[in-house]
Amino acid sequence: MSDRKDIELIAELVPKGSRVLDLGCGDGELLALLERERGCSGYGIEIADANVLACHRRGVNVIQLNLEEGLALFDDRSFDLVLQLDTLQHLKNTERMLRETARVGRVGIVSFPNFAHWPNRLHVAAGRMPVTRVLPYQWYDTPNIRVGTYADFEVLAKKDGLRILDAFGIQAGRVVRTLPNLLASVAVFKFERA
Amino acid sequence: MPSLGDVQPQTMHSAEPLALASGKALRDYTLAYETYGALNAERSNAVLVCHALNASHHVAGTYAGKPNSEGWWDNLVGPGKPLDTERFFVIGVNNPGSCFGSTGPTSPNPDPAANGRSYGSDFPVITVEDWVDSQARLVDALGIGKLAAVIGGSLGGMQALDWSLRYPERLRLCVAIAAAPNLSAQNIAFNEVARRAIVTDPEFHGGHYADHGVIPRRGLRVARMIGHITYLSDDAMEAKFGRDLQKAAFGYSTLEIEFQIEAYLRHQGDKFSEYFDANTYLLITRALDYFDPARRHGGDLAATFAKARCRFELVSFTTDWRFAPARSREIVKALVANQLDVSYAEIAAPHGHDAFLLDDPRYHDVLRACFANLAGEIEAEPSPQPSPASGRGGGLP
Repeated sequence: MSDRKDIELIAELVPKGSRVLDLGCGDGELLALLERERGCSGYGIEIADANVLACHRRGVNVIQLNLEEGLALFDDRSFDLVLQLDTLQHLKNTERMLRETARVGRVGIVSFPNFAHWPNRLHVAAGRMPVTRVLPYQWYDTPNIRVGTYADFEVLAKKDGLRILDAFGIQAGRVVRTLPNLLASVAVFKFERA
Repeated sequence: MPSLGDVQPQTMHSAEPLALASGKALRDYTLAYETYGALNAERSNAVLVCHALNASHHVAGTYAGKPNSEGWWDNLVGPGKPLDTERFFVIGVNNPGSCFGSTGPTSPNPDPAANGRSYGSDFPVITVEDWVDSQARLVDALGIGKLAAVIGGSLGGMQALDWSLRYPERLRLCVAIAAAPNLSAQNIAFNEVARRAIVTDPEFHGGHYADHGVIPRRGLRVARMIGHITYLSDDAMEAKFGRDLQKAAFGYSTLEIEFQIEAYLRHQGDKFSEYFDANTYLLITRALDYFDPARRHGGDLAATFAKARCRFELVSFTTDWRFAPARSREIVKALVANQLDVSYAEIAAPHGHDAFLLDDPRYHDVLRACFANLAGEIEAEPSPQPSPASGRGGGLP
């Protein structure tokens, strides 16, 4: 979720004044934007030293933590909103993390690369794993250890008792609401515990 | 990196007794301290540095004519350093009960019955809270209402945390490095072994060894050796010494030094016993044992920090098994539960607990960023009483 436009699209989903937990907050850009322009407050979670430092430089609260270890630091429903942007696909324990997101936040927003975006389908149809702008890695070195699709997430959300409040795709900085599973490289879901 | 150059220790004497947690009082006491940098006109840029077990008010810089006398945190504090003395007024203070210039067991006991002898083991037991109270008196005396920050590592970090609870309105930022919310049974166990080493030394004389003209050096040496083991990680010790021998082959002796780690620990013990007071060691390890701010809240750390108002910076080191990262995370959890501003860095440094005194760039960069933001905030604040004669842009630095 490094694209500025994508970050702005996500920021619009966040109610003003929200208490926010941003899982995998990167360099803290979104959190800083939410604080500055939407009066939000909260914390970012990061594992990478360089990102933890970047957050410090920006002056946003950051807690260095491996998300694979869960969210034991946080009480149930202690945040209005938990963001998990471009992070889910890096985690071994994807489903547990999703449940933790729903436990800690009243509302969760996740985004991840949609593996079913049509160019990816063409790659696979041609017999090769996709290498694209959103998925720029080779199969053997990708940090995206969980490859899923927009449609797959709907199934998982149902299984884990999550009520989807809003869902859309993002393609080239624009919201895609028509056939997002086919036409969008990024999937976005806003949900709460059913 | 430039250093502060020569610095001067100062003292503050207080005739007003300091009430202690034990119910006793320090009747009359002196605090040794040093300051670096300049206090701004608003008196808003002061940072208090709290020391750990064996350090002092000599945080940074050197003493004139003693080129190897750098302060214990000279790599962190100085011009252009992470805690930049060109932007902050930094205060180092020696805690009462210590042995580097503030009133402690080696000071004369004011009780007339003592006939001018030193306190020795009659020095009252002192706690982290008592230290924080004494530091607040010094801050008062320097004319500072609210500190920009209080920073410390290990036991110093505990003092910084206690500032946020005891004087919540008197600091903006609390920086607690390699700290813990209290000691574990294992931590207390190590302290107790160290204390037993001291008090069972035949030259301890019930703590009044000064009256006998001796020092329980053997006990102090062993205490320091035990302590030192807990400051280093297994990996750091392995890397530095491994199984390296002093000589080419085994000497088949149980009494002589065989392995280099033995020589190192004995050297550390010898050095320490030359400058540190045995009663101070007992007092400070006890202050560590007693520290447990959640005790008054039934062990509920979140309830404990409900009164805190400042923001927090916590740092831990992955190989620190004395105060492991999990202990810092307990504090983070309590702060988050109170919706307090906190950042936490867990540095993958190999050195163990001692890492807080070293200059790992990841660690120092985080503190540099943290203090740069704080300085920026303070410098952007309008002066409460702008002087018409020297308005902004009037050529002042």
